[in-house]
Amino acid sequence: MAAPVRCMAGSSSIGNTTSFQKKTRSKLVSIPGTRPSVQNGQLLLSSGVSSLDYVIGGGLAVGTLLLVEEDRYDSYSRMLLKYFLAEGVVCGHELFLASARDHPDEIMQELPSPIMDEFASLKTNEGQPQPSDPENPDTMKIAWRYQNQPRVQTALASSLRFGHYYDVSKTMEPELRQTAKYHSFYQLQETPITTGSSPLPSPYHALLKAIQTVIRKEGFDGSTPQSKARNVLRLGLHSLGSALWGDDVCCKDNPANCHALSTFLYALRGLLRTSLSVAMVTVPSHLIQNRAVMGRIIRLSDTAIALESFRGSEKETNPLYKDYHGLLHVRQLPHLNCLSCEVPDTKDLAFKLKRKQFTIERLHLPPDLSETVSRVSKTELAAGCGTTATGNKHLDF
Amino acid sequence: MFPELNNILNSTPDSFKSSDFILVSDRQADASFLIHHYLSFYLRAGCKVCFLGLVQSFSHYSAVGQRLGVSLAQAREKGQLVFLEGLKDSIGAILQEESSQGTQHLSYLRSPGAGLKGLFKFVESSVGQNGNRDDGESWGPPVLLIDDLSVLLSLGVTVGAILDFTLYCQATVCTELQGNMVILVRCEEEDVDDDEEGANLLQRGLVHQCNLALHVEGLPTGYCRDIHGQMQVWWRQSGETMYNPRKIFHFKVHDKGASFFARGTSSAVL
Repeated sequence: MAAPVRCMAGSSSIGNTTSFQKKTRSKLVSIPGTRPSVQNGQLLLSSGVSSLDYVIGGGLAVGTLLLVEEDRYDSYSRMLLKYFLAEGVVCGHELFLASARDHPDEIMQELPSPIMDEFASLKTNEGQPQPSDPENPDTMKIAWRYQNQPRVQTALASSLRFGHYYDVSKTMEPELRQTAKYHSFYQLQETPITTGSSPLPSPYHALLKAIQTVIRKEGFDGSTPQSKARNVLRLGLHSLGSALWGDDVCCKDNPANCHALSTFLYALRGLLRTSLSVAMVTVPSHLIQNRAVMGRIIRLSDTAIALESFRGSEKETNPLYKDYHGLLHVRQLPHLNCLSCEVPDTKDLAFKLKRKQFTIERLHLPPDLSETVSRVSKTELAAGCGTTATGNKHLDF
Repeated sequence: MFPELNNILNSTPDSFKSSDFILVSDRQADASFLIHHYLSFYLRAGCKVCFLGLVQSFSHYSAVGQRLGVSLAQAREKGQLVFLEGLKDSIGAILQEESSQGTQHLSYLRSPGAGLKGLFKFVESSVGQNGNRDDGESWGPPVLLIDDLSVLLSLGVTVGAILDFTLYCQATVCTELQGNMVILVRCEEEDVDDDEEGANLLQRGLVHQCNLALHVEGLPTGYCRDIHGQMQVWWRQSGETMYNPRKIFHFKVHDKGASFFARGTSSAVL
């Protein structure tokens, strides 16, 4: 006897070949573009780069803060921010973008275009001739069990998938971009408010207030009635800590208000924990001379990664790194509602930006066969051993 | 509560030392699993617990507590646990225009230079309350748990003010009320020298005040997937013994606990 088939009315069986639907008894909110984590049941969403999702444990948990330490020319960290926002557009999430240098609208216009293979193949199918069957051109002869299944999905349904791929050589179509609700905060256009008694300087205070207003108004903290569908807010904050935000932590060794950025991140994390939102913050850490400040900022965020690109450094011509564009360091992974976090296999990760994919791979070092490989390269190798290694860098035999 | 750690420290929920100041610190590792251990330990022992949760929300601790076998929500309802939601209430304290009565204990957020007097008053009032259990008896000796005192440094409070605060708390909780204190401090790397306002300075000051120090670090030989780090245990012996013993253990954190073993005896190696 076949197992009873349970069909939920109106459920999305598009693209499935069976009509069996798992009956979900969990009370997790089903928001498009999210999925529950296998480790601790947290609601995860994709960062836009599927290999980055894998490295940080499946995805970004809703309610957390991702810190990205920028590379020197801000090329790859800006790319990650654009992937993050593009993923939000494709999944239908709301966006909030704040920046101080380029206008947020300019960043939005540079978003990469998503690759939707199903849509492309559907178009080509319509051009082909129909199968010749005199009685009924559409009946299937061999696979007749699948006769009543719906056709291959349209482009709209592909947003139900977790994680998409983007083509960086093309920008996203304006029609697709405008389907997403988008709030922006451009620091140079804000009027400075006189905050006499706030511990935060004016730009950060204004930004925090703007974020809180958006969260309250759109109801991400649960204050809307049940009829409105739940959605997630993606916050992208570009280059916090730079001088354009009114902060001198990147300019001076002993900044006047060295706690501004850390207080801001603390308050932001408090806001995120009480709402359905995820924030991605990029910080130009190579400009911060005070190392203690960077340590504090990393501990104040949930997930922290650092990008180190080879462009412009001597590593660019190093034959060991010729396949990659830079190194990716995972500084911190969060412990969310559980004791142990996802422990990565290896800490030696390198990334490469290809046209259709941002890949992050384990850095494989080839065997050191020739005598002519210079000692200089050995210093670079030792840096991959893990941050707690304090021993000698040269192994001289 | 981790049974192996109880064996190492010679304490069980039924019999533990009172008037103890335990300092948990870490350097480039995460020692918060020890805070979860102590939270479940003291709740099982029936003590009145005041928890200052400055870096995570209540639901995080309650989810972990369920895996360790204690229900924090129940304890809070019965009055055994007083939880300060530092993270979630912080946004209100920072953004509001004038200070209201409700956030006096978070006054360090608005004026970090002024010190932690409001926070101490909160601790004093919650530790001093004497509610009763269901069966009419009073709770055990009070316990103060602080998750991450060093985050106050990131918010602009000075090291001196924090050390004053811990001295006041020690005098009230440990000496007057014969209770215990467990504090978590997260330190920087050793060679970062901003000695004026560093977490290292704070940690050194607290080690001087405490009775038992647990320091968690990564392995000195590098990153390992099976051994998550090493923990140093240092007791301040009072009385006759002349030297202070210091022991080192390796540990690995699982889903439901942590296992501790002597150096070199990890199951991955043997």
